[in-house]
Amino acid sequence: MEETVQYAGATGLLGSVWLLVAIPLVSAAILLLLGRRADRWGHWLGVAAIGAAFVLGLAFFFQLRGLENKSVELSLWDFIAVGDFRVDFGLLFDPLAAVFVLLITGVGFLIHLYAVEYMAHDGGRRRFFAYFNLFVAAMLLLVLGNNYVMLYFGWEGVGLASYLLISFWYGRPSAATAGKKAFLMNRVGDAGLAIGIFIMFATLGTTQYDEVFSGVGAMTGTTVLVLGLLLLLGAAGKSGQFPLQAWLPDAMEGPTPVSALIHAATMVTAGVYLIARSNPIFSANSTLQLVVVSVGALTLLMGCIIGAAKDDIKRVLAWSTVSQIGYMFLGVGLGGGAYALAIVHLLAHGFFKANMFLGAGSVMHGMRDQVDIRRFGGLSKHMKITWLTFMMGWLAIIGMFPFSGFFSKEPIIVAAFEREDWTAWLFGGAALLGAGLTAFYMTRLFVLTFHGPKRWTEDIEHPHESPTLMTIPLILLAVGSVGAGFLLSTSVPDWLTATAGLGGEHAEHEAVLSHAVITTLSLLVTVLGAGLAWFLFRAGTATAPQPAGVLVTAARRNLYTDAVNEAVFEKPGIFLTRALVFLDNRGVDGLVNGLAAAVGGGSGRLRRMQTGFVRSYATSILAGALLVMAAFLAVQAGWLA
Amino acid sequence: MTELKLPSLDYAALAPILIMLGTALLGVLVEAFVPRRSRHLVQLTLALLAVLAALTMVVFNADDRMLTAGRALAVDGPTLFLQGAILVLAAMALLLIGDRSVERGGAFVAQAAVTAESADDRRQAEGRNGLTEVYPLTTFAIGGMLIFVAANDLLTMFIALEVFSLPLYLLCALARRRRLLSQEAAMKYFLLGAYASAFFLFGVALIYGFTAGIPGRTAGVDFATINAAVSESPASPVLLFAGMALLAIGLLFKAAAAPFHVWTPDVYQGAPTPVTGFMAACTKVAAFGALLRVFHVAFADAGWDFTPVLGAVAVLTMLVGAVLAVTQTDIKRLLAYSSIANAGYLLVGVLAPSRDGLSGTMFYLVAYGFSVLAAFAVVTLVRDADGEATHLSHWAGLGRRSPFFAGLFTFILLAFAGIPLTSGFTSKFAIFGPALAEGQTWLVIAGVLTSMVLAFPYLRVVVLMWLSEPGESTPTVTVPGGLTSAALMIGVLATLVLGIAPAPLLDLAAGAAEFVR
Repeated sequence: MEETVQYAGATGLLGSVWLLVAIPLVSAAILLLLGRRADRWGHWLGVAAIGAAFVLGLAFFFQLRGLENKSVELSLWDFIAVGDFRVDFGLLFDPLAAVFVLLITGVGFLIHLYAVEYMAHDGGRRRFFAYFNLFVAAMLLLVLGNNYVMLYFGWEGVGLASYLLISFWYGRPSAATAGKKAFLMNRVGDAGLAIGIFIMFATLGTTQYDEVFSGVGAMTGTTVLVLGLLLLLGAAGKSGQFPLQAWLPDAMEGPTPVSALIHAATMVTAGVYLIARSNPIFSANSTLQLVVVSVGALTLLMGCIIGAAKDDIKRVLAWSTVSQIGYMFLGVGLGGGAYALAIVHLLAHGFFKANMFLGAGSVMHGMRDQVDIRRFGGLSKHMKITWLTFMMGWLAIIGMFPFSGFFSKEPIIVAAFEREDWTAWLFGGAALLGAGLTAFYMTRLFVLTFHGPKRWTEDIEHPHESPTLMTIPLILLAVGSVGAGFLLSTSVPDWLTATAGLGGEHAEHEAVLSHAVITTLSLLVTVLGAGLAWFLFRAGTATAPQPAGVLVTAARRNLYTDAVNEAVFEKPGIFLTRALVFLDNRGVDGLVNGLAAAVGGGSGRLRRMQTGFVRSYATSILAGALLVMAAFLAVQAGWLA
Repeated sequence: MTELKLPSLDYAALAPILIMLGTALLGVLVEAFVPRRSRHLVQLTLALLAVLAALTMVVFNADDRMLTAGRALAVDGPTLFLQGAILVLAAMALLLIGDRSVERGGAFVAQAAVTAESADDRRQAEGRNGLTEVYPLTTFAIGGMLIFVAANDLLTMFIALEVFSLPLYLLCALARRRRLLSQEAAMKYFLLGAYASAFFLFGVALIYGFTAGIPGRTAGVDFATINAAVSESPASPVLLFAGMALLAIGLLFKAAAAPFHVWTPDVYQGAPTPVTGFMAACTKVAAFGALLRVFHVAFADAGWDFTPVLGAVAVLTMLVGAVLAVTQTDIKRLLAYSSIANAGYLLVGVLAPSRDGLSGTMFYLVAYGFSVLAAFAVVTLVRDADGEATHLSHWAGLGRRSPFFAGLFTFILLAFAGIPLTSGFTSKFAIFGPALAEGQTWLVIAGVLTSMVLAFPYLRVVVLMWLSEPGESTPTVTVPGGLTSAALMIGVLATLVLGIAPAPLLDLAAGAAEFVR
């Protein structure tokens, strides 16, 4: 980017943008510090804090609209200042941050409301809300920071809160394992982000957004590529994209509102935010964009295929999240005007996915926490509101006209077809195929849950609709699922053009197919997929696992990605640990004793293997010393220099 | 016979050292002449006052940049900064050492000579007042450390090494409970410490031989002579590099770097917890202070050719510390491995031979010292009938029993894990940034990756404390008396402040980051 990026200082009302982070944070602190004393009213404090943040967010939003520059920066204090290196503890409120703030606090508020009732019978509800608000504060910090270090703060914060929330139901070993998995896979991504930030620091001497983006032009192509790939690794970890997608479906072990807020609407979109925010870096290197697009396309197909084979309602939704975020990655990877399209899809997805997750929670609430869709069926008669609201979400996600998914997903498909070479066919085709598959597996989910014959377990006589406090958020989110798409797709791209680098003139290429053809095709595959699923599953399904062909078996096993992870990461990790433990405790000692035993020829000496470690410590120090000596001498002889 | 020429001494510059050593001697006299009942109070007050006085002198000397005592001691920026760090951290450690409210009679044995686990031993464990000799021992150790970071020739450095090591060996043996473990720890530390000293001394000899081989120069082991010899030496001779290797080994042993770390877990576990905290904080500062001076001053012109070797040591140290921390089930051993990993990060800082690298390393030492002392302060509080409950299974559900202390410990663990807004993040940033700027990319990558691994055992403890039901064996947390509370709060607040507003201390470190030669 040749143009320099600069932000204006914050004044007036916008000078208190920091309140957005402070309010949820303080409420979380109060809930944690007061302990049981706050049990009776704690959850309402949690809800009120997010509600207040939303109202504030709206006020800031309108304030920002009236401004010329549409980007304000608020520097709170010098965080790190060594020599000429400076990290500001500062916030940036610009159109991109503003839409995220509204999404996080708006959808967050509805999910909070829902959770009051959903968690009513859980002894740890206050603690739950404390972690929940901690999460919101961290997420807001993530999107409001004005430099990469601040983003990293929020990034770590949401990771931590998410880990705590997944492990919330600690009684379940699966929840603990899932928490661990989420944590580890996120750490891989975090490491990428951290190293990326260090590279910025090393090459540009700054991590402020404006200075980094202004400095991209001065970096070599390789640096930009490496930096971008590291940021992408971070984004992939947080957003459950290939190859770090495995943790997201497992994370569904947490309470359902958590799945809705963190693992559907907000945190998992942090990766998309990171790439959209860093768009000057990604736009500067076409290889980088190609990688992002490939990751997006691959993940969106993977998510669809695996989602079609799962029977756990929350896992199907989770894989659909993976797949939809794939669409967003595809969008941000395409660059230019498609950045804004990805953000539009992200916002629309926030609504309809939260809607469906909460709907799933409502179903589980009525069905004694059953999650197996083969054990549902015919619920449309018993849970009218859940059924209708879920239907809105379902129509939205499959991209049916005129629901929001149509307005947000279809432009991404069109944009994919607008690439300038043969890859237009590849990525456009993948996006189109994904649309058909999405229609198939989401319809399968919908039909098996709400229609067809009952396949309930014996202990359920009459499933009940959820209480009002749970259905109100459902209705509001359903309204969003219907209407948001059109509104967003007409207003947000314009709004986002004011964000540095976003929405700039899209280098329009002729699409390889005309717009009308693509629209028709995408509606066609959607109807086909949905029709096929309706036809196959209208009469229900067997309640026991069925033998399946190669593809379905592979899909049931997450396309063997877990096996790959295990072979590539887990096994070597375990081996390394064992080897180090062995060397540290036994290896040297064993060697010495073994030698002694061999020399002495008596087995009695072997008994001493467990005692008298000092000599073996000394031996290990000696061995290390010899190595270090040898290495120094090798340096001296010029072998290592 | 030529007249003996006495070197000139700048007493003001040496005051911190003199105060500490003088107080240590005074402490020995107190043992002899003050009645038993009031010894504890007198000794503790004396030691704390001495530390305060020494600290005042350090602040007073803040602008000194000189060589004194016949060029044997350098009083310059790094010396003063690190001396200040040692004194502040030592004051916290003294508070922990002096506490007698958490455990009746204090953390130290009343009679060290009785047979461990005999009836006498059990009687002494039941609340008789602990030995007060720990105070002179500690003040001697502090004095030794102050010399160690100021030493400007290898012999002074060696003597300082022994002056602060010998009291530590003894202190390790003085735990009130688990006498066998404590004695074993002291024995191991002593034997291995002596072994490492031998390496160091051998290194000194080789370096002396090296300087003697340069024509037209007087031989010597002061850093200026070594440096001159290094620059004038035509090729890089075997003696120099062998000597450097041996010196490094001796110092890396004290710093607990792999593969010279083997003593650390046993000693950290066996030593009385306040002493463990003292070692983890102050010994680390002293050892790295010396490493920095040796490599930045004496061998600065050796071209940093040895960087790959020390880099490999750093990577190995980080790896060993991080990976083995994962498998630990004892909190003190866990913290020991974490301390090993931190030695690895500090080595990354040592290998960034720039002003920023130096100041980052010094900042890290201070930040880590505060956090680790606070961590060990919490460890002293979690007790059951048998004393400290260090097995991790006992920590399950601690958050329910005592949310406040579990909260503080959680905060410290998050700092160790390098979570932002704690000093753990800013200090890693302060080290990795300059290292990257100096081209040590692979070290930084290893550092970031291992710190990601290392976060796991810490967070496992967090989850254990908060998300598990308290079991039968979950101990209560003793409400600490004023001394431990003070140390704990200082540590936690420093971790927080250095995490949110690290700039003042970073500035101070940056201002001090130049050696006199």
